[in-house]
Amino acid sequence: MTQKSKSLFDRALLAPAAQDALRKLSPAKLARNPVIFITALVAALSTVLFLRDAITSAGGLLFSGQVIAWLWFTVLFANFAEAIAEGRGKAQAAELRKTRTQTLANRLRDGRVEAVNATELRVGDRVRVSAGETIPGDGDVVLGVATVDESAITGESAPVIREAGGDRSAVTGGTRVLSDTIEIRITAASGSSFLDRMISLVEGAARQKTPNEIALNVLLAGMSLIFVLAVATIPGFARYAGGQVSVIVLAALFVTLIPTTIGALLSAIGIAGMNRLVRFNVLALSGRAVEAAGDVDTLLLDKTGTITLGNRQATAFHPLPGVYEHEMVDAAQLSSLSDETPEGRSIVILAKQKHGLRGREMAPLHAKFIPFTAQTRMSGVDVDGQEIRKGAIDAVKDYVKAHPAGHAIPAELDEIAARIAKGGGTPLAVARDGRVLGVVQLKDIVKGGIRERFAELREMGIRTVMITGDNPMTAAAIAAEAGVDDFLAQATPEKKLELIRAEQAKGKLVAMCGDGTNDAPALAQADVGVAMQTGTAAAREAGNMVDLDSDPTKLIEIVGIGKQMLMTRGALTTFSIANDVAKYFAIIPALFIAFYPQLGALNVMGLASPQSAILSAIIFNALIILALIPLALRGVGYRPAPAARLLSRNLAIYGLGGLIVPFIGIKLIDLLVAAAGLA
Amino acid sequence: MTALGWLQILVFCGLIILLVRPLGGYILRVVEGRRHGLSVVLGPLERLFYRAAGVDPQREQSWHGYALAMLAFNFAGFALLYLILRTQQWLPLNPQALPALSPHLAFNTAISFVTNTNWQSYGGEATMSYLSQMIGLTVQNFVSAATGIALAIALSRGFARRQAQALGNFWADLTRVTLYILLPLCLPYALFLVWQGVPQNLLPYTEATTLEGAKQLIAQGPIASQEAIKMLGTNGGGFLNANSAHPFENPTALSNLAQMLSIFAIGAALTNVFGRMVGDEKQGWALFGAMGILFLAGVAAAYWAETSANPLLQAAGVDANLEGKEVRFGIPASVLFAVITTAASCGAVNAMHDSLMPLAGMVPMINMQLGEVVIGGVGAGLYGMLLFVILAVFIAGLMVGRTPEYLGKKIEAREVKLTVLAILASPLCILGFTSLAGVLDLGLAGLQDRGPHGFSEILYAYTSAAANNGSAFAGLTANSPFYDTTLGIAMLLGRFAIILPMLAIAGSLGAKNTVAPSGGTFPTNNGLFVALLVGVVLIVGGLTFFPALALGPIAEQFALLQGSSY
Repeated sequence: MTQKSKSLFDRALLAPAAQDALRKLSPAKLARNPVIFITALVAALSTVLFLRDAITSAGGLLFSGQVIAWLWFTVLFANFAEAIAEGRGKAQAAELRKTRTQTLANRLRDGRVEAVNATELRVGDRVRVSAGETIPGDGDVVLGVATVDESAITGESAPVIREAGGDRSAVTGGTRVLSDTIEIRITAASGSSFLDRMISLVEGAARQKTPNEIALNVLLAGMSLIFVLAVATIPGFARYAGGQVSVIVLAALFVTLIPTTIGALLSAIGIAGMNRLVRFNVLALSGRAVEAAGDVDTLLLDKTGTITLGNRQATAFHPLPGVYEHEMVDAAQLSSLSDETPEGRSIVILAKQKHGLRGREMAPLHAKFIPFTAQTRMSGVDVDGQEIRKGAIDAVKDYVKAHPAGHAIPAELDEIAARIAKGGGTPLAVARDGRVLGVVQLKDIVKGGIRERFAELREMGIRTVMITGDNPMTAAAIAAEAGVDDFLAQATPEKKLELIRAEQAKGKLVAMCGDGTNDAPALAQADVGVAMQTGTAAAREAGNMVDLDSDPTKLIEIVGIGKQMLMTRGALTTFSIANDVAKYFAIIPALFIAFYPQLGALNVMGLASPQSAILSAIIFNALIILALIPLALRGVGYRPAPAARLLSRNLAIYGLGGLIVPFIGIKLIDLLVAAAGLA
Repeated sequence: MTALGWLQILVFCGLIILLVRPLGGYILRVVEGRRHGLSVVLGPLERLFYRAAGVDPQREQSWHGYALAMLAFNFAGFALLYLILRTQQWLPLNPQALPALSPHLAFNTAISFVTNTNWQSYGGEATMSYLSQMIGLTVQNFVSAATGIALAIALSRGFARRQAQALGNFWADLTRVTLYILLPLCLPYALFLVWQGVPQNLLPYTEATTLEGAKQLIAQGPIASQEAIKMLGTNGGGFLNANSAHPFENPTALSNLAQMLSIFAIGAALTNVFGRMVGDEKQGWALFGAMGILFLAGVAAAYWAETSANPLLQAAGVDANLEGKEVRFGIPASVLFAVITTAASCGAVNAMHDSLMPLAGMVPMINMQLGEVVIGGVGAGLYGMLLFVILAVFIAGLMVGRTPEYLGKKIEAREVKLTVLAILASPLCILGFTSLAGVLDLGLAGLQDRGPHGFSEILYAYTSAAANNGSAFAGLTANSPFYDTTLGIAMLLGRFAIILPMLAIAGSLGAKNTVAPSGGTFPTNNGLFVALLVGVVLIVGGLTFFPALALGPIAEQFALLQGSSY
């Protein structure tokens, strides 16, 4: 994982963000955000009234001028929050864009090769790319095999193999061929290629509001409307009481009451959520997918690489009756010395750890390594006229039966093999000169700490299902060891799809990851389908996220990021609404004290004067936006826990905090305002 | 505050809690159309109604169909009632030869009874013939209550069903609720009231000669039959002008207890019906719990305010504020009744709210301004509270890291939009009309008092109308074209501008699939949720009215503490 950590407020980002904040004052841009749009409208109207008063030289200009300035600051701070979030995204995009210099493509047409600009390529065109050239667009390899450097998008420097047919045929525009020549059929038009989409997504340009964000905006607009009623009726009330209230003060009251805090930070939260994914090298093809990730109930996880280490390891030697243990271990080690597979290496290591057999140099032994072939399904070594073989039980049995030595196969072989399989392991027989010596027990090694993570997920209400091609017996054993809730053994793409549909019918949201073309239907069916960057184009199109590192474990992080984004949104909404209590207590007495002096008793904060009370409330309302930008960008603290615990914690912090903090904040600002003689 | 006072309050609460489950279970059987004791006896009658009306009770309606049936039924009820009130002088059962109501009063009254508000711009004994009371008003008392219950059941079905297009059959719900719940409960209840001393006759008013030799006309009539449904259906419209303060409506402490219990009974039991319908009774108890906390807080605040020192009375050498109260009830039972009748949208009164201490008088106002969700009107309280639940779940639900859901139903933009629309209706009417009446001479003409107290009188009237409560603060002369019309509009919007979006929500939720609950699901049946719900009701429902309340009862209370009154 190449997580680029960047300080929250990069100095280089602040100045452009400030400029952007001003640029975002254009009505068309403001209209995207109802609460801030209303705020700007109120600020503009107040400004007009202020100018009228200034011309007619009415009194109290210093006070109303300050209030109006802070109304505008409220709008600017909101724009600034969005600009900062976008700025961080742009910085990420700029790094991506560096890789996208002008590329020339060799297009194949009617058997001829013509050089065209990459931007002129159409879907279905065939291009030839040779070593050292850049792949001009997203596509599928239709001819040949090559090594490709995909570090531009994945950040992973090791080259990968791309070949025609199969699950490794997809290539991405902007990556570079290192060896050989391949022919590619272009699958994405220029401008809509993977890289293009990725850049526009992280920049925030193509960002569309997610369903929950739209709903939240509706709520915020509705609450603003309720407060329109609450504030617009005050002049009538005041007139009944024989008093008057100034429009500027009403404007201040209104803007402090409407949920400006969450309104200002809402889009920043969304952009930051996407960016957090990008920093994890995961690209969400829509914001909707990030939201869905937070809702996931069931995680389908591939066994290999996610739950277990990719490779099996030897954990025990089982000599057959009548064979010295040392003899069998010696043979197993000899046969594995030149075996570079992880299984082979683990046998050497186990022999050394358990039986003190040191590694030996092969050259002096005049040994000849016999590599694994699909025909024999065995590997081994010929040394000093001896023939040592190891392989799957069936393969070794066949070898023994066919061997001229004519040894019998002991019955214990099958017994041991069955016992190992039942325990979730894989048996590997070792034979010498046509005689079975014993069985090496290979075992899937469950990743360290994964059991605890599954327990966390379970607490959060997320069920984990292990997907494996193993037989049910082995799968059950590994499932039990890893602590997953369920498993799907001998999985086929059809079975996966069936499982997803069954879970969804129960009202559950399912997340899975996959890479092969045959995974595409399941990826499309899943609510969150994470396709591996190494996968086929079909798989990538079917999923709604792409993991550039092709690391299936990340599904767990993706769920976390989705949840964190939703939690941040909820926390700031709650905080914003809870704030209103204190603001009422600051402004209502200030508003009415002129004609009902007894209402001074409501001034529980003991604010210096009506003017300073109003000014302090509006200043607090604006500054709290700035103060919460880091929280919006970073997200609220998130640790997996059951919903009840998360709720009580967050309600205590953001609900109760939202009630109390503004009382303190407004009081402090009032002290400063009064001391500075501003009101 | 006295121990005896608190004992009365706690006995009341205990009895209500005991009622919730058994009554809830029975209502559920009825609305699900299952067999029960009464359906065996009255089943043929029920089926006869369906046949006569050409209704197939098995055919369920979409939310549109349900809403249209409900609107048509209510409009017909309004038209019939208006007609009766305008022509009562020619109709029988009018021993006092009372004239027809004026057009604006008939309009106001017809809307008032159809919307379950029972705001009365008139004095019953001096305005209504027995026929108007019985066939006009009492009938609406039954069917407006049945409408409310049916609507709450429809919304509950929306939560309980998955991927369903239908919400039930309005005609069947209406018939079953009336026939099996309201009528069977009211019959013995009316007899009980007769036993306690409530008249039930069709005689002309009795002319009595007092000890001083003055002539006094003593009003009577078919009071007990109207009284029962007035309480049980949270209608609140008194037969007599003095409502439940009058000894003929509410003669004894025992009848007073029965009346208070019957106001809350169905509304409280409906929370249980809801819980059972969605398959988790605890969900119902959570709603009941939130209502209970708000109720107890209101009672405690009002009781405290009413019994705390009033410097003006102390100066006059009086220690208890008994103005506007009946001595047979005293302070605790008067305050308790005032809080109950406004918490549920009943509106019957056994004391004059106008004469309560300012802060004690503010509690009834807040109860209504919260949207009548503290038990609330029969049915209306449940669906009102569920709207707040949707809001609470939406605001805070995200904090568990999932998109908001309630009982497995995802709350999305459409539901939020409709909820906001429904919640907007009440502040629009209350604040808008109060502001208007406060500046127009037409509005000020009806005031008995000036200053904050006069303001409270206006605020209370529109609050009561928009919340479909119907209780009056007293002091405001509301029978004028201006008040009759604006209050009528407030009652209409306060009822149907909430019902229609609410039914649309029910339709939209019913059509959704239900998400399976897990450890990550926002818990909505525990104490934490109850606290959250109470918070949202107070902040969203209450804060809107803070400026108005500050200029009314709060300003009055602080002035009173400084020794001045209005």
